[in-house]
Amino acid sequence: MEIIFNFNDSMRALLGGALIGLSASLLMLFKGRIAGISGIVHGIFFSKDNGKAWRLVFILGLVFGGYLSFYFLDNPFHTELTFSNSQFIIAGLLVGIGTKVGNGCTSGHGVCGISRFSMRSIFATLVFIGSGVLTVFLMRSM
Amino acid sequence: MFKYIISFVCGLLFSLGLTISGMTLPHKVIGFLNVFGAWDITLLFVMAGAILVYSISFIIIKKGEKPLLDSKFHLPIAQKIDKKLFIGAVLFGVGWGLVGLCPGPAITSLSSGSPQILYFVGAMIIGSAVPKLLFR
Repeated sequence: MEIIFNFNDSMRALLGGALIGLSASLLMLFKGRIAGISGIVHGIFFSKDNGKAWRLVFILGLVFGGYLSFYFLDNPFHTELTFSNSQFIIAGLLVGIGTKVGNGCTSGHGVCGISRFSMRSIFATLVFIGSGVLTVFLMRSM
Repeated sequence: MFKYIISFVCGLLFSLGLTISGMTLPHKVIGFLNVFGAWDITLLFVMAGAILVYSISFIIIKKGEKPLLDSKFHLPIAQKIDKKLFIGAVLFGVGWGLVGLCPGPAITSLSSGSPQILYFVGAMIIGSAVPKLLFR
């Protein structure tokens, strides 16, 4: 096993993480809501409460933040990887189904749930990181 | 109006956190999941930063009776670790590992205008409607 560690990248990651924590804190403080992105996206289309509007506005803020990032980051979305269209679609379907069945994703379980010491979230996070690790391992061996 | 401004600002801060930390770079995410190869541990720091802030603020916020703009806290009630949670997390992890995208970074990356991101997000929304159709 080889470990890649870059101090500057890691400090930026820590700062970015703190911003995510701040965003989740404000959402809980003002609206009493968990900042779980999969649940918020799903709720725009399928929620039965009257919370479609705030969810949509949150998602608009998320996309707008992406645009803003172009002004201070060289290439916020550039990746060294290329995948086929069908791989994106299959991955999207799995993420959509999985986060619905498992009630959360990296943000809802991985950040908010773990911070609340929810056993379900700690378990889910270990499982999805584990299956992600296995998937990457298998894809690399093919 | 104010509650929508708050929602927008929260979304904005969240995505700035994602882009600054490198979560919107699929090769970094896949590097983080590449434990058996060259393991890029950068994203551990994203989780550490977020959990550090939120775990402390959550304790303080929960001392209040209710949120500032709502009548109650909307917290998950499920406690049990069951098969459904396991299966969901496994499927999500496979999709995450396939292209290095989870929901937050995928939505944020819509701003790049990449059609592949659009396919992913479209499939994700459709996918999230599937379980209800199957288990009605």
